[in-house]
Parts: sequence; structure tokens; C-alpha cells
Amino acid sequence: MTVLAGQPIRFAAPATTLDGMAVIEVHELNKRYGDTVALDGVSFDVQAGEVFGLLGPNGAGKTTAVEIMEGLRTPDSGTVRVLGLDPERSGPQLRERVGVQLQQAQLQEKIRVGEALELYAGFYRNPRPVDELLDEWGLAAKRNTAFKKLSGGQQQRLFLALALLGRPELVFFDEITTGLDPAARRQTWDLVRRVRDSGVTVVLVSHLMDEVEELCDRVAILDRGRLVALDTPTGLITSSGSEQRMRFRPVGVIPAGLIEDVPGVTAVTRSGSQVIVTGTGEFATGVTAALGRAQVLVADLRLEQRTLDDAFVALTGRPFDDTVDTHDENELEAVR
Amino acid sequence: MSELESPRSERVATSAGGLALAPGDLSEQRTPHALAAMTKTETKLFFREPLLPALVLALPVLLVIGFGLIPGFGDPSSDLSGQSGTEYIASIGVAIVLAVLGLSILPTTLGTYRERGVLRRLRATPVTPRILLGAQLLLVGGATVAATVLLVAVGSLGFGVAVPRNLTGFVLAVVLGAAALLSLGLLVAAVAPTAKAANAIGMTLFFPSMFLAGVYVPREAFSPFLQHVSDVTPLGAALAAVRDTWQGSWPHPIQIATMVGWALVAAVVAARTFRWE
Repeated sequence: MTVLAGQPIRFAAPATTLDGMAVIEVHELNKRYGDTVALDGVSFDVQAGEVFGLLGPNGAGKTTAVEIMEGLRTPDSGTVRVLGLDPERSGPQLRERVGVQLQQAQLQEKIRVGEALELYAGFYRNPRPVDELLDEWGLAAKRNTAFKKLSGGQQQRLFLALALLGRPELVFFDEITTGLDPAARRQTWDLVRRVRDSGVTVVLVSHLMDEVEELCDRVAILDRGRLVALDTPTGLITSSGSEQRMRFRPVGVIPAGLIEDVPGVTAVTRSGSQVIVTGTGEFATGVTAALGRAQVLVADLRLEQRTLDDAFVALTGRPFDDTVDTHDENELEAVR
Repeated sequence: MSELESPRSERVATSAGGLALAPGDLSEQRTPHALAAMTKTETKLFFREPLLPALVLALPVLLVIGFGLIPGFGDPSSDLSGQSGTEYIASIGVAIVLAVLGLSILPTTLGTYRERGVLRRLRATPVTPRILLGAQLLLVGGATVAATVLLVAVGSLGFGVAVPRNLTGFVLAVVLGAAALLSLGLLVAAVAPTAKAANAIGMTLFFPSMFLAGVYVPREAFSPFLQHVSDVTPLGAALAAVRDTWQGSWPHPIQIATMVGWALVAAVVAARTFRWE
């Protein structure tokens, strides 16, 4: 197993995947609908075995990018290779090997769980046994339940089972936790980890920062059709350069200049008995080490965690607007 | 020997390279099976909606039974161009089946499937979402045949209605009528942006179609102008052709031209405008 671009591959890819090669290669993708630019020169690779996040506010072009990769939409220009195939020309062959969980797609209201799985199993060359999937996704008891009588979480599990039915090497999960309550979201995250652990490469589309931070090995941030960053979640948070703050209450006297001299520290202020240190990069480790060497004990140490939200603000210069209606991107596409 | 074998193994390699396209071929080979499985599922779902079989299979037959029980209704009537009342009711039963399936059930079902993303989900599989369209057409086509056979059987066995005297012409009339009405249903599903709109457009066409076809009032009571209008509506042509062939004549060329014309125009426009999402 090769280590690619400093990104360790933690789980073996299925034997059919070309080892050490990109599962997806996207180069200079452009797509516009009328005057609206959906994708503007987007390029990225997805490596075998990773969970790759496509993050961005609604209307950023995520769904368009995914639909191009699935062969459901044609780009205006640019090249795409998925599992070595051109999605535009080899759509059916590709969809044989790619599992898809779609945003806002449902099944017939009265179709039963078992019926749906058996029906879809007939679409694939070598489907997984329906009983096995029912057990694996905790749906065995719901086998004869109509789709519309399932809870949101159960519907989600059925869609995950449908996505995995054809033994895919790659899956696209588009907004998988939309409309789920926090507990069901946590459960869905565990399910995504299970898929990843089985060796399947996952492309996770989300507009939820915490979800991407939790699940993804690497994240591409899209904003208004442009790729603004591509890195590990930690890398994005660190390299976005926004400052971080640590607070603590020293027990004893801090030698003058001790903290100020730590690399990355930009400011030291006092507020009553508290010391507030602002800095960038790995300054917090340096500060605690320096205090340790000076034998100054600290109490109430708190590091204000930065998140991808902060990274997004730093990268785009505006807050991540989560209040936009979720249907925006679809409406944009309806304009086409 | 090994030199002699090498071109052969190259040829094998080439054909193996050709097989790299096999998954696509395989998914095409699977299409008939997928269509059959989808039709089976859609048929089950049809019978899970209690209203649909009632409207299509039970209502027309109940009309024949209800009117057939009226004394003297089975006698030829001069108000119906010599057709008996029961035979006329059986004929409008066929028209009701065509209108309900083509203008209500088909567009509403397809509109709902598009709105709910059922078609969208199918696009993400190796098979084409066309199989769901195909399954729906097979289902409504099958329902037309079943309901028509039921009408003829109940009418002839219980109420003295003759089996259509020009059976070939009758089959032709029903098939062309179904083609016209179902194509129109596809067109409604294609142009309607939502399931609600599909239902509304379907209903807007349904009631005038039923009236103009002579379902509510026999066309014999129409003014000559209204009769001409009736002749060129798809349901009007279908009902007239069904009644004529039931009595033994062939469908009139105008009836055939009207049904074929509506079927072709509606199907072509529907095929061009239909969207999966």
C-alpha cells in the first residue's frame, strides 16, 4: 500500500481498484447554467480508500460536481476520470461500480424494504445478497414495511444499503444527514465509517462543517463554483492562519518574555488572574512546554478550538452561511 | 510452437480488451429482466392503492351491472343509433377506463415519481429510468386489456350484450384509443412541473374529454358542430370507434387518423420534453 501525498491510506482498497492510483481525477471542470457559474475551473483527485469531503454552502456547485462524476451531467469543459472511465461515455459501466446516495431522492411510497432491495439487486451484475444487507443495516425487522412508514433514520439506512447493493468500489454520499435529528446523525456517521472500513472509497458531500471535520480524511472546499482549498481538516484549520487563543491561570510568576518568545505567539494579555495568549500554528504546545521548563504550574487551561467554520471565514472572507434554504442548488439547476 | 501460438494469444488479448466493455453490454442484457421486475413491482403497488383498481376494474363493470338491471335497457334504442342501452354503457366503460388511466393515473403517478426523486434515484443505477416509464405503460396497457375483457365478459354473460361483432376492429379501436390517451398522459407528465400540476392538468382534460366523447350525454344528442368536435378529440374518436366496431362496422378512417395523430404528436412532444427530475 502506497502512502499518497502524505495522506496515509488506512484501509485497503478492493482488489479491483488500481492500487496507488486516483479513484477520481477531476481536471479544470467548468459548468454554467445560463448566467450562473456552477463550477469554475475545479480540479482535484480522490485517492483509493479515503473519505473525501466536498464542502461548501448551498449553491457552491457540490451537487453539480457529483452529478458530473456520476455521468448524469455533462461539463461545459474539463476532464473527469472515475475508476479510469469517462463518466460521460461509460455511464452504465461506471454506475455498475459506483454506489450513490442521493440528496432528495425517495422511493415509491408503498414499496416495501425487501421489495426495493430485491428490485434494485436485479440492476447489478453481482449484487450482494439482500438478506445480508438487511441484517447489516438493521433492517431485517422492517423487511415488509412500506417505505413511507420508515423513520428518517431507517430510510437513510435503506438508501445506504441500496448504495452498497452492487458491491461498489466508490460511493457518493450527498447530504446524508439532512433532516436527521442529532442522534440519528451520529448513527449515520458511524455507518459511513463502517463503509469506509470495508475498503470502499467515500466521497461525502456536505454543507455541515462538523460532519466533514468528523469523517473526512481530506476536504475540498467549494465556494461559488470555485475550489478554494483542499487539505486535511486539521491542515485546513491550521493553514487558514486564523489566530487561536489559549487562556490559563498561572500558579506562580511567569518570567518576563518567556511566553512572548515562543514561536507563533502574537500577543499576550492579562485579564485579572488570567493570561490570554494569542497565536498561530503550534504555539500552544510551545507555550505549555516553556511554562513547564520554567516550572510554572497553570490552572484552568483552556484552548479555544478553531473549527472548519473559522477556516472557511479565513479562506473566503465571509461567514459560512448555513441559513440558506437547502433547495437552492436544485433550483439553480432547474433554471438550466 | 510457441511462435505460432503467440499471434493467437494476442488475438485472445484483443478480445479480452473488447470485453472491457462487457459491463455495459451486460447492463443492457439485464434491461428486459429489470423491466419485468419493475412491472411486477409497479403492478403490486397499483393494487396497494385501493382506489385505482376500483376505478379502473370495478366502476365500469358496476355501471354495466347497474344499468343492465333496468328492465328494457338492453333493447336497441333509436336515440343510440340502434345500439342497446347496455351495450352503450359497456362502450362508455371502455372510454372511462382509457380516460382514467391516461388522463389521471398515468400522469399523476409519473409526476409523483419525478417529484419524489424515484426517477432520479434510478438514474444512479446501471439501468435506465426508462424502465420505470416502460413498466408504467405496460401496467396501464395491461389494465386496459383486463378492464375491457371484464366489461365484454360481464356484459355478454350476464346482460345480453353481444361480444363485439367486429372483434378485430374492436381490438384495433381499443389499442389505438389506448395509444392516444396514454401518449396524452405521458405528455401531461412531461409538461407538468409537479405531481399536483400533473393531476390538475389531467383533470382539466378529463372532464371536457368525457363530455365531448359522449360519455355523459350520448353524441347522438349533440349538435352537428359538437359532433365534429367530438370526432377529432382522442377520447371522442376512441368511443365512437368502440361503439361502431361493437355493432359490427370498421372504425371510420377519421377515427383512426384522429387516434393515430394524437398518439404520435403527444408521444413525440412528450419524448422531447420529458425530464427525469
